[in-house]
Parts: sequence; structure tokens; C-alpha cells
Amino acid sequence: MAITCSESERCLKAAISGELDHHHARQVMEELDRQIDAALPRRLILDLEGLAFTDSSGIAVLIRAFRRMGQLGGEVSVCNVPEQARKVFCAAGVQKLIRFE
Amino acid sequence: MKKAENYTTLTFPSRSSNEGFARAAAACFAAQLDPTLDELNDVKTAVSEAVTNAIVHAYPDCLGKISMRLSLGEDHSLEIVVRDWGVGIPDVAQARQPLYTTGSEERSGMGFTIMESFMDLLRVRSQPGKGTTVTMRKRISRRAGVQ
Repeated sequence: MAITCSESERCLKAAISGELDHHHARQVMEELDRQIDAALPRRLILDLEGLAFTDSSGIAVLIRAFRRMGQLGGEVSVCNVPEQARKVFCAAGVQKLIRFE
Repeated sequence: MKKAENYTTLTFPSRSSNEGFARAAAACFAAQLDPTLDELNDVKTAVSEAVTNAIVHAYPDCLGKISMRLSLGEDHSLEIVVRDWGVGIPDVAQARQPLYTTGSEERSGMGFTIMESFMDLLRVRSQPGKGTTVTMRKRISRRAGVQ
């Protein structure tokens, strides 16, 4: 599980890779919180290209990011979503809240 | 499911590090049915949900035992039974509702919904104080040219 972040012009891009399950969810949430607090971005893009697996823990991570960005008046989107993750997120209707690029 | 053609049972403590182990083990066992990558991912996701539920909810204050029985049926189906001997679920129908959770914020309340939509059958039996048994079944398609 790894998160790599880059920021420019108040757009924070976070690439999440590895297997995201309950075992890793807290670590990912805390790291995202830290990065959001430091950058105070207007836009958060979660790049999931390297996400090998996720379960409903990934839904919780996305919802939390959505709420935090909502508090900041910003928006969140996800990109490069692998098929397995897309199926999990869509089963929960996450695509109604968060834009998939 | 008809008579089991092959089966195995794994028993492990309710440590969250076993979530990854359990889904990888289930995927290895299911490989005998020559599933597609999508089918294999469905199985891994459903197992991850069932085992995580047992780890998070069955034993809130201690480590406890979880068992996972995997079996292959004659009808080219996979059955997974995840069992714990923990606190149990007082109201199974309520627990199966989307977004219902008693867990912390790492939980989305979508576990049973995902198990239900990724597998062909989901049965949950629970008795407060005695534990929970989750049974899931999925028929794996027979691919052309494969016996």
C-alpha cells in the first residue's frame, strides 16, 4: 500500500497503489487527511491506476475524501480506475457522488 | 450445491492482516474451476468482505477464531463458508441493509451488499453470543474448449 502525492496550483493528485482493504484503510485515510490539510486544495484527484484490489474499505476512503473536500469547498474526482475497483464503487453508487475520469 | 468434489478449511485468528491471506487463498482454491479474471475478482472481493466483517464485528475486544471452508461442487460452483464464534448479529435483516454499519469510519456499510451482488447466493445465519455463519456460492462459467 503506497500513496504518492503531488500538488500544483491547489490541485492535489494522490496516486494510491497496492491492495486497499480494511487492514490498510486507516493508514490511507490518515495520509490523505494529512496531505489535504497541508495543501488545502481546491481539487483532489485520486489516481487509482496502481490499485491492485479494493473492497468496501475503498468506498469508505472515497466517501471520506469527498466529505473533507466538501468542507473545504473543493471537489474530488478519481481517474484510471481499474475494472475491479470500478465494480465495487458502482455497487455502492459512488459514481453519483464522485466524478470518474 | 451437489456433493463437494474438493474442499479445504482454513482456520485463522481475527487479525486484519489475514484479510489479504484469506482472499488470496480463496482465489488459489477457485483457480481449479478455471474462472475468468472477473469471476476471480468477484470471489476475492466477497471473501474480503465476509472475513473483514468477522474480524471487525465478531470479536470487538479480543482475537477469536475464524474458519473459512471452500468447496467445489459437481455443478462447477464454488461455495465459501466463513464462520466465527463471536458476538453474533442481533438483526441480520437490518445488518444486510445497504449503508448499515456499527463499525468505525473505515467501514462503509456496503459489505453484505457487495457479497450479495458479486455472488449468486448469500445466506447469513447468526445467533447473538454464539457466532455467525456466512455462506456464499458462485457458479463459475465453463469456458469453450475447456473440459
